[in-house]
Amino acid sequence: MKQISGINDFVVKFANVNGSGSASANHLFAKAIFRMGIPVSPRNIFPSNIQGLPTWYEVRVSSKGYLGRRGGVDLMVSVNPQSMEKDIADIEPGGYFVYDSTKPLESHLRHDDITYFGIPMTEICMREFKNPRLQQLLKNVVYVGALAALLKIDFTILKDLLNDQFKGKEKLISSNAHALDLGYQFALETFNCPLAIRLQKGGNDAPHILESKHILMNGNTAAALGAIYGGATVAAWYPITPSTSVVDAFAQYAERLRIDAGTGKKNFAIVQAEDELAAIGMVVGASWNGARAFTATSGPGLSLMSEFLGLAYFAEVPVVLIDVQRSGPSTGMPTRSQQSDILAAAYASHGDTKQVLLFPATPRECFDMTVQAFDLAERLQTPVIIMSDLDLGMNDWMSPPLEWDDDYQMDRGKVLDAEALDKTEKWGRYLDVDGDGICYRTLPGAHPDKGAFFTRGSSKNEMAVYSESGDDYVQNVDRLLRKFETAKSHVPTPKTHPPIAVKAPKTTLKLGALFFGTSASPAYEAVEMLAEEGYPIDTIRIRAFPFHESLDQFIHDHDLVFVIEQNRDGQMRRLVINECEIPPGKLIPVLNYSGTPITARKIARKIRETLSTKSADVVPLHPETA
Amino acid sequence: MSYIKPKFRHPSLPKNALGVTIADYDGAISTLCAGCGHDSISAAIRSACFLSSIPPHRIAKLSGIGCSSKMPTYFLGKSHGFNSVHGRMPSVATGASLANRELTYIGISGDGDTASIGMGQFIHLIRRNVNMTYIVANNGCYGLTKGQDSATADLGSISKNGGTNPFDGIDLASLALLQGASFVARSFSGDKEQLEPLIRAAMAHNGFAFIDVVSPCVTFNNQAGSTKSYAHTREHLDAMPLDYVPLRDEIRTQYEPGTIQSVTLHDGSVIHLHKAGADYRTDDRNAAIAAARAAHDEGRILTGLLFLDPNSQDLNQNLKLASKPLNALGKDELCPGSKVLSSINEGLR
Ligand SMILES: Cc1ncc(C[n+]2csc(CCOP(=O)(O)OP(=O)(O)O)c2C)c(N)n1
Ligand code: SF4
Repeated sequence: MKQISGINDFVVKFANVNGSGSASANHLFAKAIFRMGIPVSPRNIFPSNIQGLPTWYEVRVSSKGYLGRRGGVDLMVSVNPQSMEKDIADIEPGGYFVYDSTKPLESHLRHDDITYFGIPMTEICMREFKNPRLQQLLKNVVYVGALAALLKIDFTILKDLLNDQFKGKEKLISSNAHALDLGYQFALETFNCPLAIRLQKGGNDAPHILESKHILMNGNTAAALGAIYGGATVAAWYPITPSTSVVDAFAQYAERLRIDAGTGKKNFAIVQAEDELAAIGMVVGASWNGARAFTATSGPGLSLMSEFLGLAYFAEVPVVLIDVQRSGPSTGMPTRSQQSDILAAAYASHGDTKQVLLFPATPRECFDMTVQAFDLAERLQTPVIIMSDLDLGMNDWMSPPLEWDDDYQMDRGKVLDAEALDKTEKWGRYLDVDGDGICYRTLPGAHPDKGAFFTRGSSKNEMAVYSESGDDYVQNVDRLLRKFETAKSHVPTPKTHPPIAVKAPKTTLKLGALFFGTSASPAYEAVEMLAEEGYPIDTIRIRAFPFHESLDQFIHDHDLVFVIEQNRDGQMRRLVINECEIPPGKLIPVLNYSGTPITARKIARKIRETLSTKSADVVPLHPETA
Repeated sequence: MSYIKPKFRHPSLPKNALGVTIADYDGAISTLCAGCGHDSISAAIRSACFLSSIPPHRIAKLSGIGCSSKMPTYFLGKSHGFNSVHGRMPSVATGASLANRELTYIGISGDGDTASIGMGQFIHLIRRNVNMTYIVANNGCYGLTKGQDSATADLGSISKNGGTNPFDGIDLASLALLQGASFVARSFSGDKEQLEPLIRAAMAHNGFAFIDVVSPCVTFNNQAGSTKSYAHTREHLDAMPLDYVPLRDEIRTQYEPGTIQSVTLHDGSVIHLHKAGADYRTDDRNAAIAAARAAHDEGRILTGLLFLDPNSQDLNQNLKLASKPLNALGKDELCPGSKVLSSINEGLR
């Protein structure tokens, strides 16, 4: 049997029981690799459960710096008999299996093409620790210790991390360190260490990652920091996985960074609302009154918020909404990741509405785009929805460090204060003075005699006086469309990359790939894989809706464009077809909607399959012929 | 269609402490049905704000959807207003009040808007003790959607199409009392003498002040057999008259000795309650609940100030917000800067 080998290039997966304390041990493992300066991307695959159900943690190590999922498992660590059979089946031929050998492995679980490492984790812990809770928790640390020997993790880094994690709790540090040692020693004495897959400091093909002093953080924390730096003062929300940690993190940072030095009072308000309708209602009320306010939610919450999103669109009230997408309604699968709220968000609400969307792909973008969302919402006087997802929001990602320009000034948009109102001769809330569809607003309480108006949905004229006239309505919604056009020049532009040079191209077709958010990392990797196979592919990463003109151009310039996304219906593809003047047949969907993040291998396979059937007979599609 | 009234000012109109006349508290001309109870409430709000000398632009008016929720257009044209969505004004008002604690907030709602679609938000608004005056124009029906029974319609009340309501109505004032509202009153749109001082006291109150106002719908619920008609309400009214005196001014109305109870609000203003022959106390929540219940059982409509907690702490205080309004904070107070961010980065390595 040929064992899988490779330096800094493999996938480890941990199969645990929810609530058994595995999360911090698994995190320790991933963080140690990160501290060794090796590109790593950990992912939690967890059930909608607090204790007892199977949960997995997948760690990808990639010398080239690929942070998306590759697909397949090289080394499986299993401490959960419930899922063991399937976990073993998931291992690649030539892979490795680490398990708790306190109980012998049943013979049908032994495969010829896998190398087995039995470690009596329970037995070791029963012998070494008295406290029943520690006996349970430290099993996880024992296997991390064993992996340190098997994969060559820098042991001092592991110990440093323990010191950081349990600062001030000496007892915990020493018992954890002891468990690490036990696992490490057991592996060294029992197995041929290290394995053919292993870690090596400096053994990367991605030196840029180390030079830029990357950080390891999740998107929700980054978005929360964006809200702090963007000047948000009101956060209203209702708990829902996977968005909850956005407001949790906001609260933590605000308690530290937003307390008035003199009085100890708060320069922020957080309200846990009774539901999502109230959460967004509070945001609308606070923004209408001139505060920067936001909410965070996920699919079901977005549905409940949609009436207010319509009101905010028509009444032209800024709203910042962070949608951390998951899969569908109810509970269970929804704690898995998808990009499936695209259409619901883009056209959220009744009447003719179009909402501004931002699509972050990294924690760094979660931070930057959240700051920007407050500027955009106030500049455009409309809701701005940040379309994150569980994979980005709740998992740790290696990211370039967050950066801040101290010269940044908030863009509060077109707001007339008392002084400006005094200088203004004729003011009407919905008069398009500048021709960009954006009118001048005023805040309650600003001026004794000028600027007061009545905010309402759709029945009004330019002077904000009640009107049910069809002409007034049409004029208003046409202006809103003009404003949406204006938005194009304010939102982040797409990122494009030319194709990687290919020596002997296997196709004459001009190929493109279009993607956004967390589909980007595995898509870039798939594109590199395909380039090596002779398929050059241009890429475009969408970062906002409304779409930039360059998107139309990109599609026009290619014969086939693969649209890579994580939902069943190809929602981004449909949105592009709806909004751009392009022949739909050019856009080939590449989809994944199983709840686990899309992998590079799956993307490559789907594109390869399409090309093998198409490249021979496909006549390049041109706008005229499609 | 509403339009702005002509700006003619009679020179002899009385002025308030701000030196302005009641015309400065006018709104657009009402488009509600002639005789609708809601218009009387608008008039009471207008004169309450005038008498209490609140600068109109320092008031914000918020409402949901319904005939009642259209009311804010018809008073205080110099105030910002927000006609939000059906049943959800409480959340908008909560957000607004968090953003700027210095304005006076008046929320206008209907019984459909509050007791049905908005019940959830209403009860949570009470729970949070948002600093605002919340008036429900209660006509027992949905005016704007043409007269369906609402959840406050009384058991046995006969609707315009002749049907008898088979359900017990929700009593919003009792509900507010039970949930711990810090100011609860009931009144009748036809009793300006009582409604106006109640609104003034409500606006002076620090916290959530609720006034349930019976406000007959002349078009859909004023027929014989309706328990929210003008005739029925007048006949069954059990009103506790009161006087509102700002900042310890002298009492204006003369009452029989021994029948006055005085309550001082947190800003120093005083409410004098007058109820001949009864010793109703406004500081006993359980007694208020019992009194409301007893009146209901006897078919009386008990109006007046039912309960008041003068020491109430509002949402802003409970959340320990800084005294400067959140919407007035600038970049320097809000943005921690690049040095702090570098140290945050350091902690993520
Ligand atoms: C979500 C939603 N559902 C239904 C309506 C229709 N609607 C408008 S007003 C109203 C009832 C209003 O009744 P009430 O609050 O008692 O006010 P009134 O008109 O009696 O003053 C309804 C159901 C709406 N505007 N929005
Ligand atoms: S329908 Fe009823 S509630 Fe509506 S305006 Fe007319 S009288 Fe008033």
